[in-house]
Amino acid sequence: MAKQISVFLENKVGRLAHVTRVLGEAGINIRALSIADTSDFGILRLIVSDPAKAYQVLKDARFTVSETEVIAVQVPDSPGGLASVLEQMTEQELSIEYLYAFLGTRGDDALVIFKVEDISRARKIFNEKGIKFLDENTLYKL
Amino acid sequence: MTYWDKEKECMPREQLQKLQLRRLQETVYRAYAFVPAYKEKMDQVGVKPEDIKSIEDINKLPFTTKQDLRDNYPFGLFAVPMSDVVRIHSSSGTTGKPTVVGYTSKDIDTWAELMARALYCAGASKHSVVQVSYGYGLFTGGLGAHYGAERVGASVIPTSGGNTHRQIMLMQDFETTELMCTPSYALFMYEVMREMGIDPSDLKLRAGIFGAEPWSENMRREIENKLKIDAYDIYGLSEIIGPGVAIECNRKAGLHIGEDHFIPEIIDPETCEVLSEGEEGELVLTTITKEALPIIRYRTRDLTTLNMERCECGRTHARMAKVLGRSDDMVIIRGVNVFPSMVESVLLNIPGVEPHYLLVVDRKGNLDELEVHVEVSEQVFSDEVRKMESLGLQISKELESALGIAVRVRLVEHKTIERSEGKAKRVIDKRNI
Repeated sequence: MAKQISVFLENKVGRLAHVTRVLGEAGINIRALSIADTSDFGILRLIVSDPAKAYQVLKDARFTVSETEVIAVQVPDSPGGLASVLEQMTEQELSIEYLYAFLGTRGDDALVIFKVEDISRARKIFNEKGIKFLDENTLYKL
Repeated sequence: MTYWDKEKECMPREQLQKLQLRRLQETVYRAYAFVPAYKEKMDQVGVKPEDIKSIEDINKLPFTTKQDLRDNYPFGLFAVPMSDVVRIHSSSGTTGKPTVVGYTSKDIDTWAELMARALYCAGASKHSVVQVSYGYGLFTGGLGAHYGAERVGASVIPTSGGNTHRQIMLMQDFETTELMCTPSYALFMYEVMREMGIDPSDLKLRAGIFGAEPWSENMRREIENKLKIDAYDIYGLSEIIGPGVAIECNRKAGLHIGEDHFIPEIIDPETCEVLSEGEEGELVLTTITKEALPIIRYRTRDLTTLNMERCECGRTHARMAKVLGRSDDMVIIRGVNVFPSMVESVLLNIPGVEPHYLLVVDRKGNLDELEVHVEVSEQVFSDEVRKMESLGLQISKELESALGIAVRVRLVEHKTIERSEGKAKRVIDKRNI
């Protein structure tokens, strides 16, 4: 379980630079990010060192922001590692909205951020199947 | 039910029409005698002041347009010597030469009476604290509202427009009960209140008297729900006198036109044919008491309907429907008339979508395209592209079914569409036509 910060951005020059500057000046470190873009707008998704503060400073800077629950899954850092996690999710019919990689590792594992439709069910299944995921405080401190 | 001037406001129509005819005849005589431009126009169509024998004869008179005021810039249409003029107002002149209007001291008095009626009609009294956030200066809004509020005996806070934080601070500290400004500025104030952490229900504000731009019923609901007040529509235009030409009563079933001072007509804007009661068209107004600047059959460009029935409130004056739009604010896209207020209405029916929008019309090749910019509020924002795209699609579908043309919706960042402290700019027309 972790909090992701999502930001609505128009496709305009300098918007991404502005978001990252605002976070930088607030002393917030970006740990993972992804952008989903369309022709008019993009949605920036961030895992940061301090999500509550990031939410506030971005809101103060007049961005449209929301907090989203995601799950940071430990994936064996070897060929087929992600595939086996995804296959188990498919088997359980756990649908994934989107995913992206985390910058950094946990022991021998890579980290992948998942946004799933039903997060509590996902957690239950991960626990049953022995798929490891990080609690939020560990994640922000990585 | 209390009236500011019961005798005038509730005058039986037969008596009212007699009064109107007498005043119309006087006005036409004066205009013909003292304003060469009116004489010339009347001579052209071969009508003399003595031809006005009944109210219906008004349709023999030529129309006056904004262009006539420009052509006679600055004082050419004044019917009194400048020594009798005590006040001059003017438009900003953004679309050409400014239009200039003048008032004698009796005109100023008439205006204050009309505004006092309007304020009273909307529930204000000498116990009120009225905050006037219309611009003071050349624009008629500020001073017009001010004089009326003083006439009622209210405590007036002449904040004028701008400096929204201070406006709200004063509203809180001085315990404003009535706010007068444009409806779009009222909504902007609400946003700033939220940012300041002020809950509108903690304020003493009970009503707003909003005008100077067309606004929809949905916008009224939005303002009333957000600011927790009663929102009244007031109508006016500087060429006629300024704000106070017409006002809603608490039935909110049309705006009462001050018919003892103005004669309203509805015409077809294309053919200029006078339409009958209830038909929608352009409002035409004739002033029948104005001294400095008598205006005969002024084409307001505002589209509405008239209802002559006595209102439940007891007032007998004709009621005009909330202005749907302006015939010159209207954009024609592929032959379809589109008003910003129609877009506003659609947006306000979609939960979470706020009425901050901009219509951008452009011509791609030979085809006109309408793009509507809509702000993404936190309420409708989702981290999933799929949901955002379906929101855009939903808005464009609903706009398309309401307007009857294809609409491209562009979702833009919150608070990036310019907030206006006066009249909101809703349309950008990039076509060179």
